Amino acid sequence: MLEVKDLHVTVEGNEILKGLSLTVNVGEVHAIMGPNGSGKSTLSAVIAGKEDYEVTSGSITFEGRNVLEMEIEERAQAGLLLGFQYPVEIPGVKNIYLLKAALNAQRKARGENEIPAPEFMKLVREKLAVMKMDASFLQRAVNEGFSGGEKKRNEILQMLLLEPKLAMLDEIDSGLDIDAMKIVADGVNSLRSEERAVLMVTHYQRLLDYITPDYVHVLVDGRIVKSGDKSLALELESRGYEWVLEESAA
Amino acid sequence: MSATHTFLDRLEERIANRRESATTPEPSWVTARRQAGAARFEALGFPTRRDEAWKYTDVRRISEGDFALAQDADFSPSTAATLVLPLDAIRLSFVDGVFSAELSDMASLPEGLGVEPLSRAMSTNHESVGGSLGRLAGVEFSPFTALNTAFADEGAVIRIGSGVVVEKPILVQFFSRANAQPVMSHPRVLIEAGARSQATVIEHYVGEEDAANFTNVVSEVLLERGAILSHYILQEASLQDAHIGSLHVDQGRDSRFTSFNINLGGALVRNDLVADLNAENAEANYYGLFFAQGRQHVDNHTLVNHNAPHTFSNENYKGILGDRARGVFNGKVIVKRDSQKIEAHQSNANLLLSDRAEIDTKPELEIYADDVKCSHGATTGQLDEEAVFALRTRGIDEQTARGLLTLAFAGEVMDKVTLDTVAERVERAVAGKLPERFNLGDLVDVATADQA
Repeated sequence: MLEVKDLHVTVEGNEILKGLSLTVNVGEVHAIMGPNGSGKSTLSAVIAGKEDYEVTSGSITFEGRNVLEMEIEERAQAGLLLGFQYPVEIPGVKNIYLLKAALNAQRKARGENEIPAPEFMKLVREKLAVMKMDASFLQRAVNEGFSGGEKKRNEILQMLLLEPKLAMLDEIDSGLDIDAMKIVADGVNSLRSEERAVLMVTHYQRLLDYITPDYVHVLVDGRIVKSGDKSLALELESRGYEWVLEESAA
Repeated sequence: MSATHTFLDRLEERIANRRESATTPEPSWVTARRQAGAARFEALGFPTRRDEAWKYTDVRRISEGDFALAQDADFSPSTAATLVLPLDAIRLSFVDGVFSAELSDMASLPEGLGVEPLSRAMSTNHESVGGSLGRLAGVEFSPFTALNTAFADEGAVIRIGSGVVVEKPILVQFFSRANAQPVMSHPRVLIEAGARSQATVIEHYVGEEDAANFTNVVSEVLLERGAILSHYILQEASLQDAHIGSLHVDQGRDSRFTSFNINLGGALVRNDLVADLNAENAEANYYGLFFAQGRQHVDNHTLVNHNAPHTFSNENYKGILGDRARGVFNGKVIVKRDSQKIEAHQSNANLLLSDRAEIDTKPELEIYADDVKCSHGATTGQLDEEAVFALRTRGIDEQTARGLLTLAFAGEVMDKVTLDTVAERVERAVAGKLPERFNLGDLVDVATADQA
């Protein structure tokens, strides 16, 4: 589904990703872990299309399409969705405007008609309930005045509504208390299916207690140095990253 | 001065032709006032960019134009129906400045409310009008008020009795037609709000797409003790129309005046707002929104005079400028000596959607008292690119994303609009001015449906 090959990415002249390769197949959940500054967030940002990142070599394909040649919105319409580590506040844009515009953009890209208002409201309310969010969130400006946990729940709410083929979650667990973490994890778990994949970037093993990954990758200095199953995450938790670094240097 | 003379001579001749057919001579005080207005206009001439108050606004579109006077108020009701605000309202309509009984609806006025065209008020009892008309907007204010004073012969007279609460909004509609030869009109609006009365008045300027006329309106508003008035200027004139307006407000004790000055149309637009807070606890709120594209030019000059202690004013203007549009905001607050314990806040924020759009903004405070609370500020910027990116990562195309954010920028002012019909109309207009595929109108529907 997602094929990243020998990806090199530069930000303001500094090379952040130095030959990263990764394959995500449909139905799989991947977790990318790594120390601060290893390039974890860069990967998902590049896939989503953030413009300050320069891809100097390598490739990203999604279902056979060259992602790097797609517009930002095309990537989302194709089913690649990024949940931000720091969701942007958008004063004045009501959540409901965002949700409806996003959903319709996707339907339009698939050649479908716009969703009728009553059907849309029913769907939104259903998803709100999963995320334990009040309907008043719909009338509030996107993320404005939201607590950290509310912002993250709002990101997952968008995912539930848009049902991406590949959900990328950038440190979705940062700043969450245990209750919010459970709600966010429930939301993500409800997305898991044979037709979809999840790519999580996280610093902590804790999230993986709630969302069990099929694969765990360790990203160090711009490259994946070790891959394994969920037991690798537990090992990282107890032993830290040092041993991986030593092993990869050897 | 030749443009001024040519303009004046032509106008006087056309007015004389029209008056010859009038059956009753006009009262002498009217004649005297007209002469004073004409003399003052002749002396001042059209403003040039050397005049401080007109530094950024070139009025040659008007001064060099040849505008006739409308001879009738013929206007297809079906066309009018596509232009009017769908409101349950008391309606007073003018077509190129000429009163249209057909398009008006004053059938069921509540007790204590008078709404009539100026011509009728004058023929019924001109002395009852003479006391107030021109009291606030003198010929000295600007060449355009002088011009209006010289030639105004129609307009709206709204009188709200003491203690009368008018439930329905009072809608004064000014239609501008696509005429073979452009026309001009000099309407006069007089609103007298009695003690503790409450009402909403909307001046709505709208017209046919190819209209290219000149409207020069002067409105005077007198608020007695405790009167509360919401006043809207919704200017949606065609993109070839020239619109000059001034609004003068005189506020008594405990009165509250809230102005919504919304400008979406017009090629050349200039609005002046002046409120005099003359007694304690008077409050003025100015909310403004202007959205200009193409080569539109929109100039808003506002003034609040804190003439008494314990008075309050609050102003928030937002401007959105695209293409090569030009905006001007000049907001002035004057606090007189001894006007202690007043509070005045002023803010102007502008959004430039293009590199070639331009805004000249100048908030001004003149304070001659020492115990006051004042703030003012102006900002100008572009759309938040991070927000554009965030929306695009949700599959929303770039132009729609920019449209949503533009609408959001206007939102802060639009949220203050209490008439939903107007708010929705403006949201649609702002959304509709953006490319077609934005389809934001539909979003507005959903949000509204959900709130209901």
